[in-house]
Amino acid sequence: MIYEIQQLNYRYPSSDRMILCDIDMSVSGGEILTILGKNGAGKSTLLMCMLRLLKPASGKIMLDGSNINDLSERDIAKTVGYVPQIHIPSFPFSVLEFVMMGTASGLGFFEKPSKREREISYQALEALGIDSLSDKPYTNISGGERQKATIARAIVSKPQVILFDEPTAHLDYGSQLLVLKTIKELSEKGFSIVITTHNPDHALLLGGQSALMSSEGSLVVGKTDDILTQESLSRIYDTDIRLEYIDTLCRKACIYSNL
Amino acid sequence: MKRPLMLILLFIILLVLAFIMAMCMGKYSVTPLDSLRIIFSKTENIPEMSINVVLGLRLPRILASMLIGAALSVSGTVYQSVFRNPLVSPDYLGVTGGATVGAAAAILLSMGTIYISLFAFIGGIGAMMLTMLIPVLLRNNANVMLVMAGIIVGAAMSSILGFLKYIADSDSQLASIVYWTMGSFSYISMSDLLVAVPIILIPILFLMSISYQIDILSIGEDEAKTLGVNVTLVRTLVLLSATLITACSVCLAGTIGWVGLIIPHLGRLLVGPSTKRLIPLAAVTGALFLLIVDTVTRTISTTEMPVSILTGALGVPFYCWLLYKQRKELI
Repeated sequence: MIYEIQQLNYRYPSSDRMILCDIDMSVSGGEILTILGKNGAGKSTLLMCMLRLLKPASGKIMLDGSNINDLSERDIAKTVGYVPQIHIPSFPFSVLEFVMMGTASGLGFFEKPSKREREISYQALEALGIDSLSDKPYTNISGGERQKATIARAIVSKPQVILFDEPTAHLDYGSQLLVLKTIKELSEKGFSIVITTHNPDHALLLGGQSALMSSEGSLVVGKTDDILTQESLSRIYDTDIRLEYIDTLCRKACIYSNL
Repeated sequence: MKRPLMLILLFIILLVLAFIMAMCMGKYSVTPLDSLRIIFSKTENIPEMSINVVLGLRLPRILASMLIGAALSVSGTVYQSVFRNPLVSPDYLGVTGGATVGAAAAILLSMGTIYISLFAFIGGIGAMMLTMLIPVLLRNNANVMLVMAGIIVGAAMSSILGFLKYIADSDSQLASIVYWTMGSFSYISMSDLLVAVPIILIPILFLMSISYQIDILSIGEDEAKTLGVNVTLVRTLVLLSATLITACSVCLAGTIGWVGLIIPHLGRLLVGPSTKRLIPLAAVTGALFLLIVDTVTRTISTTEMPVSILTGALGVPFYCWLLYKQRKELI
């Protein structure tokens, strides 16, 4: 088991509203878990707790057998890769330099990346098909390319699990699919994946496990086919949503019933 | 050879040339060859006057301007990286304001120059500690909190300075305070420098040694944490080192504006944002910049001009040019 979360509660300091409420969840090796939920339901908050960027009010998070509170930043970084939502950093590091930062957890406090780290990072760029961008400033590439660079940065440290915070947000229709494909491939290579998304269809495409987060902050987890039903999705999003089996595609698809 | 290394080498050569020229220039001119011979103690057949001018007057202030140029530039560079804001300068956390208050207090108490420097140093470090304390008291470790704390402390310091100026004797003390805040290298002695060199160079070397941690921090605090960086530790070490450097510069030469803001900018245009290359380049170009500025201020007129007037006058067009170059990246 990579992650084991027990009775996790979170509320923001100086607020009474529980964002996460008694969450029990686990992620095992090589598994994909897609978390769906309304805006503000607490999907990103859950990821933040799993990265120890936020401190839960109560509950326990076990990472690869140890309590996450007993680990150092480096220990966590070695086990967990993180792909945050797209943003533009303040300084124009080159794509290669940016990806190379993923190797930091393996370096000493005074150490700087050497040829070896450079090679690993370049290989990660090649694996994602963006090696031609290696010298370009990270600030000057497209959103999809930037997302791939961030994924490359997450895989260079060879983590066991990668957390994606809305990896398809701000991407065009085609780039969204490319990023999903990349995520699926990573899962096939053995990485465990946890991803948050606003599109239930992405959960269907990725398969594996899914989790539905209600507005009250509780979480229902299970196999995607069991969890994602017309009723559960309509309830979560407060909208009339259809799950239709498309014969020509041989898969279920999620669509709005109508305006 | 790689471009960044070439550039650093080029600026070192320019710095050496500027150093030799600065030795020769002034009201009493000395030939380049003579000035070099004086520095290397080959003083046969050289007039006593030349030796006194070069060793007694020019060498300390030339070394001081180079040291302080490097200090302010490196400190500006790391402040900008840590705060992820290219518009930040070394006095961001109230260091300069605190140092000025310290110096003004010492002037009011009619203390000697050593005490003015000492009070400035204590004031600078004190102001910075106060700034760092506010986020701790409010239990919020965010960058914005630190910035707001810096603004609060800066405002408090300028208010205290205003009061000190108000009660100062307008004939002598007020003028000293004003002159001090405009910055000057004229009163720096060789013995001051001997104290200042380790206080400035050791933190610079330390910052270079942790440059990769600084780079990752400059991407963003949360991301840096997820990449395995101990953000609180690195940020505290960087801010302490940079503040030590700044406070030491301010107490040697008063407040000198613009250098810590412009030089890191120029460096980033030349070698990119990686502090591994940026810190050495900023040190060398900053030293060159202030050496040139100081040489101009002491040769341009018969009465010496405060340094800040010229750094400001050069800084404005230079900054306009930088903004013009980067206009497409600023939204």
